[in-house]
Amino acid sequence: MKVLLIMPSKVMAKGMEGILNDLGEFSVEGCLSELSMHGELMFKNIRADIIILDPVIFGHSSRLSVKQYFSRFTDAALVAFPSYCLEEDSMEQYDSVINVYDSPASIVRKLRKALKSTAATPHQDGKELTSREKEILVCVAKGMLNKEIADKFNISIHTVITHRKNISGKTGIKSIAGLTVYALLNNLLDPESVE
Amino acid sequence: MKKSKISEWENRIFSPEMKMAELIDLNYRLLTVLSRTGIGLGFGESSVAEACRANGMDVNTFILICTMYSLPEYVPDRKILSDADPAAIVEYLHNSHSFYIRYGFMKLDKSMKSLVGPCPEHQKKVILKFLSDYRQEVEKHFEYEETTLFPYVRAMIDGSDGGTYTISEFREHHDNIEEKLEDLKNLIMKYLPESCSGETAGMVLLDLFSLAEDLNIHTAIENNVLVPVMSMMENKRKARI
Repeated sequence: MKVLLIMPSKVMAKGMEGILNDLGEFSVEGCLSELSMHGELMFKNIRADIIILDPVIFGHSSRLSVKQYFSRFTDAALVAFPSYCLEEDSMEQYDSVINVYDSPASIVRKLRKALKSTAATPHQDGKELTSREKEILVCVAKGMLNKEIADKFNISIHTVITHRKNISGKTGIKSIAGLTVYALLNNLLDPESVE
Repeated sequence: MKKSKISEWENRIFSPEMKMAELIDLNYRLLTVLSRTGIGLGFGESSVAEACRANGMDVNTFILICTMYSLPEYVPDRKILSDADPAAIVEYLHNSHSFYIRYGFMKLDKSMKSLVGPCPEHQKKVILKFLSDYRQEVEKHFEYEETTLFPYVRAMIDGSDGGTYTISEFREHHDNIEEKLEDLKNLIMKYLPESCSGETAGMVLLDLFSLAEDLNIHTAIENNVLVPVMSMMENKRKARI
């Protein structure tokens, strides 16, 4: 997994790089000390999976939306590693927040979680299944293939896969067998149809 | 890069010199490890090393396994791995398999049956079928390891070349058996009809969480201990030829 660091403090950047290199799962591909034109090019070249940044780069006064700023260049997970005490509501803009006192193990856990959260819920964060998701869930439970489901609803296979990711993200159930049980418990499915 | 002294020491929570009773006091869940290594209770004032020696268990491997159970996400380094005994690891994994089959899943089966007792018939049927399908899958998974992986490891220990099989083949073959248990956890916790939930559901969930955690660590021992130990052995063997 490729990581890009954006933080003015060399101590923090070197420390984070050292910890991630020791563990091996994440590799630091680049480090910027500030946002600049040069930096914007780097986003495109590196294609980082995760960007770890010190929110101080945005300045304390700026109320710029972090997500919006980065979404122009990348869909990487955004993780804050603040050098100062971050306010509660600005933390919500990030997929995860690393504290300077975190152990290497919990940093890895947070990075993995951040990756998962961007992969599982790309566009929406509703909690209940939408009616389209329910329809697709029923098809999955009946054992239909992605291609068959795509044809039935006249949507692309890619869309079917996104729906399935969202269904699993919301319910916490990944296997087809588990989804079948879910559909039956929620009376979405006629018991006779899955014998 | 030079390895720092700090990282060398940070994962040492157990030592051969400490008393076995202290080790269990630090993490009572290690009782399950004890029962699978053949070290019985009644060890009195023996140290970890003494209790292991008396029961023919390699103490480094024992401490490594205990650490895996106590520090989630712990990944042992090469030095620790090269001190471990592959025969003891395989023996432990084998004993764990029979523990899961004879005890873990048996218990889960029983408690699930009483849990879904009050559910409507068609829901009861589908939940129990999910569980029995899952058990079959797990048994197949274990059987592969028992009939292919473990004999290979034992043959390698005995000095034979292990045939054409290699540990990387296992790594590719090693599918995830925890996923469906996670599904079952979520189904019971979030979606079980009201008529079924109650005290039993809480107890069943506790069993499920601990079984899932146990299986996760079991898989971690296979992937992060047995696999690197065997590939180290394979490389050494290759270098000699």
